Amino acid sequence: MAAMIEIDGLDVTFRVKGHEVRAVQKAGFTVEAGESYGLVGESGSGKSTILRAICGLAPVTGGTIRIEGRPLGSRRDKAFARKVQMVFQDPYASLHPRHTLDRILSEPLAIHGLGDHDRRVVAALESVGLPASFRFRYPHQLSGGQRQRVAIARALMLEPQILLLDEPTSALDASVQAEVLNLLWDLREERGLTYLMVSHDLAVIDHMCDRMAVMEAGRIVETLERPDLLAGRFRHPYTRKLFEASLEAGG
Amino acid sequence: MSLLEVDDLEVRFPTETGMVEAVRGVSFRLGRERLGVVGESGSGKTITGRAILGLVRPPGQVRARRMLFDGIDLARLDEHGMRRLRGQRMAMIMQDPKYSLNPVMRVGRQLTEGLRLRERMSRSEARKRALEALEAVKIRDPERVYDAYPHELSGGMGQRVMIAMMLIPGPDLLIADEPTSALDVTVQAEVLKILDALVRERGMGLIFISHDLKLVSRFCDRVLVMYRGRVVEEIAADRLDQARHPYTRGLLECLPRIGGPRGHLPVLTRDPAWEEA
Repeated sequence: MAAMIEIDGLDVTFRVKGHEVRAVQKAGFTVEAGESYGLVGESGSGKSTILRAICGLAPVTGGTIRIEGRPLGSRRDKAFARKVQMVFQDPYASLHPRHTLDRILSEPLAIHGLGDHDRRVVAALESVGLPASFRFRYPHQLSGGQRQRVAIARALMLEPQILLLDEPTSALDASVQAEVLNLLWDLREERGLTYLMVSHDLAVIDHMCDRMAVMEAGRIVETLERPDLLAGRFRHPYTRKLFEASLEAGG
Repeated sequence: MSLLEVDDLEVRFPTETGMVEAVRGVSFRLGRERLGVVGESGSGKTITGRAILGLVRPPGQVRARRMLFDGIDLARLDEHGMRRLRGQRMAMIMQDPKYSLNPVMRVGRQLTEGLRLRERMSRSEARKRALEALEAVKIRDPERVYDAYPHELSGGMGQRVMIAMMLIPGPDLLIADEPTSALDVTVQAEVLKILDALVRERGMGLIFISHDLKLVSRFCDRVLVMYRGRVVEEIAADRLDQARHPYTRGLLECLPRIGGPRGHLPVLTRDPAWEEA
């Protein structure tokens, strides 16, 4: 069976005022069905750009992206949206401020001509641990953690198989981060989801993912399995820096 | 004598739904050391910093039994007296260079504005001082940065520019509000090194506000843990792993660790009693 996500020789190049910025260069990795795969690196290393390229939000200038063996063309159709969904970093920016949760969550249903929206919206709220009574609230009435739960619920409305998670907990306090990571953990177990997760925090990636790629300046500099990380079996100096920064905990 | 003595500080904001007590009876002393203030968003750590500098705007109300800075009672100082201290002898580095630098003013002019106004320094003299400050924060090409607009700088450079700006007058007390939260680990280390050198070499007192317990435990000497406007625990930074308060313990335990157990992370169960602790 083909891998869920297969990325090969991916180049993303932005053209700004005559300059070329090569945001991703020759990136390649595969994610199996039901796996959780991590991308770590500094800001500007190209990790989020890879997620955006998969969604058709960044200019792919070379290489291929395959989902379940089928190469993606230049446009993303409705079938793609039903298979792949993204959760963005900042839950203050990713939810429409003047739409109620009901409208935010039922929009994908309307676009895809799915009925039964009452039941589905309430079920979606409950599946991310929010009470049904939140249905007609606005995003500004929610805390950051609650907003991120709504963003996850929205991504799940079309029952996709793949979630692209772009720093889903970076904007949250530590205790709220733990709650959202637990939710993501449960959802993957219950639904057999495949995750591709981006974070600058190696400990978060280690907790959630079995395999990971370390990125620097647009390139994948190292790929690791979880036991390699714990045992310190990595070669790249940047991986070491990230590793040391996450080890120096108070406990 | 301590550099700063805060005794029973309270900050309140009247809102439509009643009085919000953002800081409730915070007391601490600061010497020429690195004091960490940690807590989650809404715990009152930033407001505490702003209150010390007299930056809480009405209708916010600040009250303290005593707030002594180098023998001067800040609680009794009028705005004129405060302005003479603020910027000169006590300064604050804000969290995000994107919002704290003037986007339509070149870096050089922002750096020299204070010198030209306060010390009536000549343009060339002020420029020299500013370039020195940029060098002190390890900016490689100070001339270029001096002539740049903030949007032409990366986050790390912007943060260093803000630190340079606060350092030009050589303050005795620096309040740094999440100065490295927007930065990558590699740049973070450089910024911390600069702050550390200032404490050691100039004998400055530093209040380091952060939500990041790991960072504070390795960088500071002492840590105040805040919860809902109160200090619930004060502890030596290198002994944070022996913290006693369940909130501090909970904050440490809910962080994922490399090689730690998979599955559910412990979550914080908030005890109403902590609010009165």
